[in-house]
Amino acid sequence: MNTATVTKPAETGAPVVRRRARSRRHMLGRIGLYALAILITLFMLLPIYLIAVSAFSPQAKIYTFPKALIPHRSDLSTATFSFFIHSTGVPQSVRNSIVVGLGTLLLSTLIGAPAGLALARFFFRGRGAFQLFILSTRAFPGVILAIPLVVTFIRWNLYDKLLGVILVHTAFTLPTTILVMSSIFVSIPRDLEEAALTLGCTPFAAFWRIMLPLSLPGMAAVAIFTFVASWNEVFAATILTVKNRTLPAQVLASLNSSQLPYKFAGGFALVIPSLVFIFFMRRYLFNMWGRVVR
Amino acid sequence: MAEINIQTVRKTFIGSKQPAVNDIDLTVANSEFMVLLGPSGCGKTTLLRMIAGLEYPDSGSILIGGRDVTDLPPRSRGIAMVFQSYAVFPHMTVYDNIAFGLRMHHASKSEISRKVERAADLLQLTPYLKRFSAQLSGGQRQRVAVARAIVMEPSVLLMDEPLSNLDALLRLNFRSELKKLVQEIKTTTIYVTHDQVEALSLGDRIAVMRDGEIVQCGTPMEIYSNPATEFIGGFIGNPPMNFLHGLLQRQNGRARVTVGDHVLEAPTTLAAHDGATVIVGIRAENIQAALQSVPDALAARAEVIEPVGSHMLITAVVGDQRVKVLTRADFPVETNGSLWLQPEWDKLRWFDPETHREIAAK
Repeated sequence: MNTATVTKPAETGAPVVRRRARSRRHMLGRIGLYALAILITLFMLLPIYLIAVSAFSPQAKIYTFPKALIPHRSDLSTATFSFFIHSTGVPQSVRNSIVVGLGTLLLSTLIGAPAGLALARFFFRGRGAFQLFILSTRAFPGVILAIPLVVTFIRWNLYDKLLGVILVHTAFTLPTTILVMSSIFVSIPRDLEEAALTLGCTPFAAFWRIMLPLSLPGMAAVAIFTFVASWNEVFAATILTVKNRTLPAQVLASLNSSQLPYKFAGGFALVIPSLVFIFFMRRYLFNMWGRVVR
Repeated sequence: MAEINIQTVRKTFIGSKQPAVNDIDLTVANSEFMVLLGPSGCGKTTLLRMIAGLEYPDSGSILIGGRDVTDLPPRSRGIAMVFQSYAVFPHMTVYDNIAFGLRMHHASKSEISRKVERAADLLQLTPYLKRFSAQLSGGQRQRVAVARAIVMEPSVLLMDEPLSNLDALLRLNFRSELKKLVQEIKTTTIYVTHDQVEALSLGDRIAVMRDGEIVQCGTPMEIYSNPATEFIGGFIGNPPMNFLHGLLQRQNGRARVTVGDHVLEAPTTLAAHDGATVIVGIRAENIQAALQSVPDALAARAEVIEPVGSHMLITAVVGDQRVKVLTRADFPVETNGSLWLQPEWDKLRWFDPETHREIAAK
């Protein structure tokens, strides 16, 4: 009895110490992880923050440096931004960018989803070669295509048309769309589709009721990617348009001749829609996966 | 409720030389519970998927209830299938999962809710009808998969290793529940498994498959006590059947098999194989063990003794061959102690070492 009570603390003592040591190591690991996360976040956020602060500074205060971490109320003004927004060509180019982005998203999904499904679910002759071919188009430098593309588009009456830009952007985003779509479809177990077939579905109904709803979150992610890629694309938009410019092309064209406030506001306008789009879609994504997760 | 006729069905997958299913003929009677049993890669799942219409046979035909369904899609065959992975639709509630098939067949709303509730009741899913698959345990998901199949009132119920993803205790419970359920609904059932215990306990008949062929088809007891080949004897039963090599000799019109230093009496029908080596098969529980010398018994040494609770499993050495013997749990044998083994003569089975098939005995 007595010896038992004496040995008891000694017995439990060792594991407690070990557990403490383990938890301390665990703590340090977590601190390191968070420090790294904060560092990466700052790396991404700092430029965005500086651009945002400058875009909303009164024109006179744009040149002051360093900036206050939290700007004073008197330092905030929408004058710079509204100056940019009302500059010649800007409202139109914002509208153009939206049209091109949505058009690209639509076309890219309409072509990419069936192609991805074909790669994921059907075994056809030349499947491997097709997959490689899709990837190889990504490796081809677009700059080389610039002149032939402009010539062809002039000939086809697509030059300086939004449809032309949509087509080129679709061509740019399609490889990624197809490959990501195919991996989304591959990740949906075949059994689910087959179960639907045995329960009375035609192959199309099985796709519509099972594959499609389950691939929706992934498709949304691809859609975000496509839209943002189109929104940020400068090269093709610049060489293929003269009057009907998208926003990046418009900002780029007037960059050299414009003042600093215009540049800051322009940069902010380019970044913000992507951020907002990603932010909302991301929440939607998490909601979907939270429910759908196996 | 329907009879299934499988007529010389063959299927070879692209890129494979061996057919996965090699000209199989099989008839499953109305309301029968047929188990397809075999090691992985024996073609049992492929055969099931051809009956479901998920694979298309290269040749042969499949009839369900006298109707040739070979060219029909799965939805027109009157089948329902339970998948190994459960395949519960993750984006639907339990209710919608069970109702899915009925909705596809345009059942009325009142009919759907009546049938779904009944199926849910049968499988004790009523409290979970509003939940999603992610909120269910493995066992509950399996119940959903079964409910979803039986709610269709199919003429044929197909099950592809439905218990293999469950843990041991759950499997044991659900196995007996499944047997009771299938007996109640009286649907013709084909059940694929690689687990011989499942096959023995569930099946009205078992078709043992190997390398794309059915090696033996019969009731569980037939297959257990009269395996057609050495493979089946070794595959079914735990421990597997013992196999001893011996020399068959003819003496005064009687056949005798010499195993080590001992002579076993063989059926006279085997006398024709004079001078040949034969394999003697005997189940562990059909050997009487004794600590004292018994006439006509094989002298052995107890190499390993494993108490398994209800019994004692002894690995004995006879000459240079090993034999598993089941005895009472309190059998007082010691490791490396001497043993005398007396096989029950009517339980001896004889196999040809070349073909591994049973030599016609009786």
